[in-house]
Amino acid sequence: MDIKTEVIVQFKQVALEHDKQLAPLTDNLALLDSGLDSLCFAIVVARLENSLGKDPFSDDEDARFPVTFGEFIRFYENAAS
Amino acid sequence: MLPANPACLKSSIVAAGNLSSRILVGLDTKANWEELVHGSILEGPTDGLHGQSVLIATVDQFRAAAALIELDGIARRMVLYPPDLSLDHLPYVAKTADADVLVTDQAETAAVEHGVGRVIFCKRNVTQGKVDRAPIYASAIETEWILLTSGTTGRPKLAVHTLASLAGSAWHTDPASASLVWSTFYDMRRYGGLHIFLHAALTGTSLVVSSALESTKDFLARAGAHGVTNISGTPSHWRRALMSPFADRINPEYIRMSGEIVDQAILNQVQAQYPHARVAHTFASTEAGVGFNVNDGLMGFPAEILTGNPLIEMKVKDGTLRIRSTRTAVRYLGDDSPVLKDDEGFVDTGDTLELRGGRYYFTGRRDGIINVGGYKVHPEEVEAVINRHPVVAMSLVKAKKNPITGALVVADVVLKTLPMDGPPDPLRQDILQFCRGELAPHMVPTVINIVPMLAVGESGKLVRRA
Repeated sequence: MDIKTEVIVQFKQVALEHDKQLAPLTDNLALLDSGLDSLCFAIVVARLENSLGKDPFSDDEDARFPVTFGEFIRFYENAAS
Repeated sequence: MLPANPACLKSSIVAAGNLSSRILVGLDTKANWEELVHGSILEGPTDGLHGQSVLIATVDQFRAAAALIELDGIARRMVLYPPDLSLDHLPYVAKTADADVLVTDQAETAAVEHGVGRVIFCKRNVTQGKVDRAPIYASAIETEWILLTSGTTGRPKLAVHTLASLAGSAWHTDPASASLVWSTFYDMRRYGGLHIFLHAALTGTSLVVSSALESTKDFLARAGAHGVTNISGTPSHWRRALMSPFADRINPEYIRMSGEIVDQAILNQVQAQYPHARVAHTFASTEAGVGFNVNDGLMGFPAEILTGNPLIEMKVKDGTLRIRSTRTAVRYLGDDSPVLKDDEGFVDTGDTLELRGGRYYFTGRRDGIINVGGYKVHPEEVEAVINRHPVVAMSLVKAKKNPITGALVVADVVLKTLPMDGPPDPLRQDILQFCRGELAPHMVPTVINIVPMLAVGESGKLVRRA
């Protein structure tokens, strides 16, 4: 499974588990408008660490936080390459 | 003219000056401090509040702030009920605090069977009364301020403070403070937020308060529009702010973090976003009060900080930070409440420290409390729920480090009988579903590991640390 697909799966799964209304996941969607709260993001990051073996948030102390959904995906793609 | 009475918040605000030029900004209301000091937020007649125990349970922070200003020095006791705390605890808190009056801005809160004899609703904003109430405050009494913290049983603990213990050294006005605008992601019904509210009130600055009803984006826009210069929050608050497209709406000169372990990543990331800001972190807790500030941009703190302030005595004993000062809480309320201080008056913060190269680093909690984005989770409370599931023999709940919320809850679970066939996934899902029905979202384990056994020590208790 490629990174983008896996990220989408986790966003949808966590939204479902937490009864959150997920906005359409377009590249320009601001993460904080996605419908997920901080706890949901924390869970997504933990699950992605399990499935992709990467946690770019923790790997680089100087990394700038992604703001949009597209940046979030690139954040993981760049970390994975 | 209000009398100079240091026991009273109103007169202390007046002493700080800048009354008409500085403002308190809420979500949909604002007022200058002059209006707050002389006005009233409470509906209807408010006589008879002298010497009463008042439970303040508003959703809106501005109204809570106005009520605190109005009631300090009059009420015997003020209880600050956080808006994110379940109303299920309201009867317990009211009883423990011996509340005579409930102040709220919500019909839903008033309708709870809270057992409090009198309910007073808040107005939308303060209004100026015709009666000179100065004589009331001339005989101000020292009001107890009650802050709620999480307890092992799931019920909140009620920590007693006074205005003096909360405000500490924030009594002198710096002439430069008139141009400052403080804000905080914290709610002022929590220690971190109350500290900033009192700092602004007593040093003569404006303050923009957040709201539980407002998104991070909207709060940042509002804070930016009011020219916030100083702002505080937990590392989790800041991580969320940095993920917002409106992070650049604020341009603070000073940023402070507290309430959770501060790691180097969040210090660097906040500094990168706000290159001109001074970024500091603070150790403080509801029980132990304010400990110290760290201003060198690094996580942890230099060992000499422990002995650097004669007014706040600190030491590390049995691996945890202990604090003795006039800033600590006085005691807990309630008959079966735990003891707050040891024989020498030190409060054990429960925060574990490790000394490496002349610098102390926080490593977690001795009691295993997990801090999920500022919400404290007692593992035993989660284990008690998991253990009620019919297939579970025992469980161990622990923290997993997380870059967004600092930590998440995970659980190792021993089943009564191992499933004969198939993967344990449906079982895990079933246990999780059971937890979701019983626990607040931040308490639900994010991962359930099925394990063959858990270590039990000689005391018969689960071994919580490797």
